[in-house]
Amino acid sequence: MKHARVIHEGRVRHGLERDGQLLLDDGARVGFDAVTWLPPLEPVPRPRTILALGLNYADHARELAFKAPDEPLVFLKGQTTLAGHRQFTRRPPGVSFMHYECELTVVIGRTARRVRRDDAYDFIAGYTVANDYAIRDYLENWYRPNLRVKNRDGATPLGPFLVDRADVPDPMALALQTTVNGRLTQSGNTKDMIFDVPFLIEYFTGFMTLQPGDLILTGTPDGVADCRPGDVVVTEIERLGALVNTIA
Amino acid sequence: MSWLPGGTVYGTLLNLRSEFDALAPQMHEPPYAAPPRAPVLYIKTANTFSPAGTAIAVPSNVPEVEIGATVGLVIGAGGEVRGCVLMNDLSVPQAAFYRPPVRFKCRDGFLGVGAEVRETDPAEVQIEVRINGELRQTVRFDALLRPPAQLLADVAEFMTLAAGDVLMFGCAAPRPRARAGDRIELRSAALGTLAHTLVAETP
Repeated sequence: MKHARVIHEGRVRHGLERDGQLLLDDGARVGFDAVTWLPPLEPVPRPRTILALGLNYADHARELAFKAPDEPLVFLKGQTTLAGHRQFTRRPPGVSFMHYECELTVVIGRTARRVRRDDAYDFIAGYTVANDYAIRDYLENWYRPNLRVKNRDGATPLGPFLVDRADVPDPMALALQTTVNGRLTQSGNTKDMIFDVPFLIEYFTGFMTLQPGDLILTGTPDGVADCRPGDVVVTEIERLGALVNTIA
Repeated sequence: MSWLPGGTVYGTLLNLRSEFDALAPQMHEPPYAAPPRAPVLYIKTANTFSPAGTAIAVPSNVPEVEIGATVGLVIGAGGEVRGCVLMNDLSVPQAAFYRPPVRFKCRDGFLGVGAEVRETDPAEVQIEVRINGELRQTVRFDALLRPPAQLLADVAEFMTLAAGDVLMFGCAAPRPRARAGDRIELRSAALGTLAHTLVAETP
């Protein structure tokens, strides 16, 4: 099933995708245009842990002039950086390079501590799409990528749906792509990740316990491009859906 | 019950003079190339939260941990500063600051969290760090490179601190180190006492 979290008639609702519409938890069937989309995540009792990978596709690592890392390059995000489907992300005035990053995102489903890679999928609730925008003008070599680049308000759109794990038989073979104003600019496949999803779950839970609702954004392939105000950026992953964002 | 953060906890690197001075000789060298311009922040995830009085497990492959006595500013419902809380921002010892410090700072239990949030002037706060009763460090927050108002303004330039978020001021260098079996106590006249015991991680 594909789960959404939306605002409809002033109330936050859980919705399920049904034949191109949303079936809300109050029984209403509404069109995708009739709601405001939130990140497809239920509230959690503790602050959500949001892990994100850098340089996790060999081609993107080359594109950014780095050798492929021998351990995951991971950074963290706060919750204020998340935004829903069909929302706007602000490009600060005066910057020269703000780019999207289409990323397969894992949503944890069970408390996960010291998980072995062979068991890793048991700890996944499902998958969604993230667009992990970066503003390269602000890169500094201290805890790089620094939060000014990667943790800006509403600069990590997520959605549209949380797709149940059972509906994604092989998350390591999904086509992903980005279009800007309808033009294809990024194209790749999750099979080209350097550190795959089971490895990442084993690696992270080896030193930190993850909880239901925590996220792992698994990095992006090559093909990043500058985005300007007014640009419509669609990050799409096979089986998961197309996440639409507009640069403001 | 002890207070715990409801939002994201952010730490600040290089905001105490002693820590900045210790790294200054390297700042123009690779990989840093230049001193930082914007505040250098990191995140302490929820799995790190250790309420006052609890035991904190030290991983078996880590002989010693760094004690990080600091103050957290707690953000209130309207985005205002609600008060201050004592924090022990533990870290696996680390000498490189080029990549985000997730493996060093986000291990289970690695943030001791003071039991209550108090309204106080951060510039008046002094923390004494005792390990097994012995005074090992005294930290003051009256000469931060970015004092609280400036740190908040410089962070707000690129991200919003939401209700429940916590912004920690940073730690003084060199940080005292402790090991499994040690009792760590942070004492502050303004903010109270925060004590934890380090224990060896069970395999």
